[in-house]
Amino acid sequence: MLSVIQRTVLLFACVMYPVVAGADASPEKPNTALHAIAQELIDAGFREKQALTERLTTIEDPNTLKFMQVMVDGDLYYRKDDRVIVINGDDAITSFFTGKEVVLKSKRDIKKISVNNKLRIVLRGGIARLQVFSDDPEQRMQAAVNLLKSADDLDPETLEQALNTEKNTDVNEVLLLVKGIRLLDADNEAQRLEGISLLSGSLYPDVRGALANFQRSAEADGRTTELQAVNEAIEKIESLLTLNSVAENLYFGLALGAVLLLAAIGLAITFGVMGVINMAHGEMIMLGAYTTYVVQQLMPDHIGMSLVVAIPAAFLVSGLVGIAIERGVIRHLYGRPLETLLATFGISLVLQQAVRSVFSPLNREVATPDWMAGTFMINPALELTFNRLYIIIFSLLVLALLALVLKRTLFGLQMRAVTMNRPMASSMGIRTGWVDALTFGLGSGIAGIAGVALSQLTNVGPNMGQAYIIDSFMVVVFGGVGNLWGTLVGAMSLGVVNKLLEPWAGAVVAKILVLIFIILFIQKRPRGLFALKGRAADMG
Amino acid sequence: MKQEIKGGPLTRLIMNDVAGRRMMAIILAIAVIVPFCNLMFPEGSAFHVSTYTMTLLGKYLCYALLAVAVDLIWGYCGILSLGHGAFFALGGYAMGMYLMRQIGDRGVYANPELPDFMVFLNWTELPWYWYGFDQFWFAMVMVLAAPGILAFVFGALAFRSRVTGVYLSIITQALTYALLLAFFRNDMGFGGNNGLTDFKDILGFDLQADSTRAALFFASGIALILGYLISRFIVTSKLGRVLVAIRDSESRARFLGYRVEWYKLFVFVVSAMLAGVAGALYVPQVGIINPGEFAPINSIEMIIWVAVGGRGTLFGAVIGAVLVNYAKTYFTGAFAELWLFMLGGLFVLTTLYLPKGVVGLWAQIKDKFFSSGGGGQSGKPATDNAEGKI
Repeated sequence: MLSVIQRTVLLFACVMYPVVAGADASPEKPNTALHAIAQELIDAGFREKQALTERLTTIEDPNTLKFMQVMVDGDLYYRKDDRVIVINGDDAITSFFTGKEVVLKSKRDIKKISVNNKLRIVLRGGIARLQVFSDDPEQRMQAAVNLLKSADDLDPETLEQALNTEKNTDVNEVLLLVKGIRLLDADNEAQRLEGISLLSGSLYPDVRGALANFQRSAEADGRTTELQAVNEAIEKIESLLTLNSVAENLYFGLALGAVLLLAAIGLAITFGVMGVINMAHGEMIMLGAYTTYVVQQLMPDHIGMSLVVAIPAAFLVSGLVGIAIERGVIRHLYGRPLETLLATFGISLVLQQAVRSVFSPLNREVATPDWMAGTFMINPALELTFNRLYIIIFSLLVLALLALVLKRTLFGLQMRAVTMNRPMASSMGIRTGWVDALTFGLGSGIAGIAGVALSQLTNVGPNMGQAYIIDSFMVVVFGGVGNLWGTLVGAMSLGVVNKLLEPWAGAVVAKILVLIFIILFIQKRPRGLFALKGRAADMG
Repeated sequence: MKQEIKGGPLTRLIMNDVAGRRMMAIILAIAVIVPFCNLMFPEGSAFHVSTYTMTLLGKYLCYALLAVAVDLIWGYCGILSLGHGAFFALGGYAMGMYLMRQIGDRGVYANPELPDFMVFLNWTELPWYWYGFDQFWFAMVMVLAAPGILAFVFGALAFRSRVTGVYLSIITQALTYALLLAFFRNDMGFGGNNGLTDFKDILGFDLQADSTRAALFFASGIALILGYLISRFIVTSKLGRVLVAIRDSESRARFLGYRVEWYKLFVFVVSAMLAGVAGALYVPQVGIINPGEFAPINSIEMIIWVAVGGRGTLFGAVIGAVLVNYAKTYFTGAFAELWLFMLGGLFVLTTLYLPKGVVGLWAQIKDKFFSSGGGGQSGKPATDNAEGKI
């Protein structure tokens, strides 16, 4: 039905304004109704413009929507000498119809096609109508969400029509909310109550705003039944919002737990299994992050792939450095944990300074691949960012892989044997020295992998390792030394507790509370949540 | 071995400790001569010691006292505290609070009651925990009490539940880290990020005056000697023997009937108080105290002073603190890039090759090349069997 009108208009326009269109001296000659109207708009006064704009909303042209959007934003200009319609964008001036950049001698070469408030209303209505009937469901959704802000943009008949034709349930739901907001302004009580019932329980902030406004006016006018209804509706929304914010904090907590887990897993091996206090553990994480940076520098055109390459690379770099440290220093210090602590702390200083000298003391920029960006929207009040989701999954994968290595491979078997009883393992023919070196290398390599993940979340700088070393030790000690499950539970619970405390205590106080909690917890259970039993427990 | 010299407790203490006696004599000489040269000789004279140098040396003396405190618990009781910076900083804050109150209405906002940062935060009255700090005696009590009480509570909890070795090190680190975070907060009322600074005078004497600086320097020297004597007295007493027994085998000491946790708690509190005094003397000399002093890395650096000097010798700690800090001053000035490499290398090399520090170096060389037995200082097994089986 619309298309018939549009075609008539198109024909009409073509017949009526060939002169104007032909007068256009620009290289492009788009002989369309849109172009014709545009040319007419240049010379029109506001009253004529209104008529033109209303006609604009009825023609069928893929560019109409964009035209109206640019116009309503006040970015629509024309070049004075040849009447080319241009968009005066933020960074460049481009021709509307060709999309090519237009170079101007002076800013005064172009003139704005001005709009006033009346025109804007017409334009917004037109935009809303076009979008609501768009073929793309995403655009329809966008239009519906925009309408929540300004429900009056769309006339009631069109809204009903959209509601009837809309097949996508999500869009339909939002359109119903638009209807609800409109109904709040209705003349009779029954309709207003219907509006409230439509809006109840919706999580869109605009709906809540509309209800709050309504609540105020209902209170002022003393309409008690409506007031009660609206109060109930708002209460329902509030409780849903609280639920959602708890869920969101839980998600943040799990993500923080995943970060802690990644940072601590390596330590769970070097400290937990070998009993080596590796203060340079944070620097292994840092090396992993810098490896990511270097890999990205080497393959700047494949940022998406770079992370996949960086994971094994970081494992190797940190692992090899770890083996070198073990062979060079730690080997001589077994059985003297406190001396190991000091020596590895020295190593951490050297590594930090080395990175500072080679790269720079400044933070390095590590790009985030596109597939890491974006969010996963559960409802209007709860969006889960993809990067956190990936970190959670990734940390669990690393843990599972490590558990597999420990339980199912020969190396894992030998490693456990050496941990349990070194002399016995040695007399069974296990080269304990090599097992030590490889174990330390494994722990360090996993720290390197953690670095790859952390490079996506925080700044990559020489000091980044320092930020994680204390937390990592807390996780391992809290979870129980020498126990991967303990590390998992420790990391996740510390992360979640931290994030759940944050809303009412603040980030810093939450962290302090967690630290104090751990200090007190260690008093009660000096060997952590899941303590090892038997001989190994006495080795501490 | 040497002849035991009889006499009063103090005479015995001093006369039986040859190396310590020499060191105390040197410190006393420095504590007298440096301020004397600073005040009596005009600038440009060959004997003049600049105020900058004196302040620097004064800092070293404070660090040395701190190192003695660390050595007392680490060298003699096997407690590796990675949180001693916290006690040092608490002592410093107590002194800083007194100095802040002394500013009075000479601050930028000229508020007679409130320090500048509180006026800046729109606080209207002094928080309760700032009461009394306008009195010098009260501040001095707090210099001892604040670290002492913290150490008592923390130590009582930790030692009674038998948190030992590495676990203790890690939770002491957590302690200082938590304090670091707390003191960074403006709401704590300790000046937040900027800490306490812009001090004017102490006990009515201008802090910028050379004579005040000289007096502070002298006081630091005396405090170091006293701190050394107290520590020496503790470790040579019967209690000290028990401490060494605990260090070498805690469970054996416990099975012999000693209440291990009380011994450890006592020496931990004493050590914390010594660290607090060092902090209190440090603050007026450098003119600022901020939360950075709580940083875990500072606490670890203190350990390396002791390790370099020679763990379990007390006077070795003094030597280590001065040596490492002199190197730090020199290298951060001359080759800033190299300093962390050097410090890091120092950590590694000392633990690997100098288990007894520079003090034990001579004995080590003698052992190696002349193999004539007779080790270094009065048989302190610094590493051989100390930490192996905690």
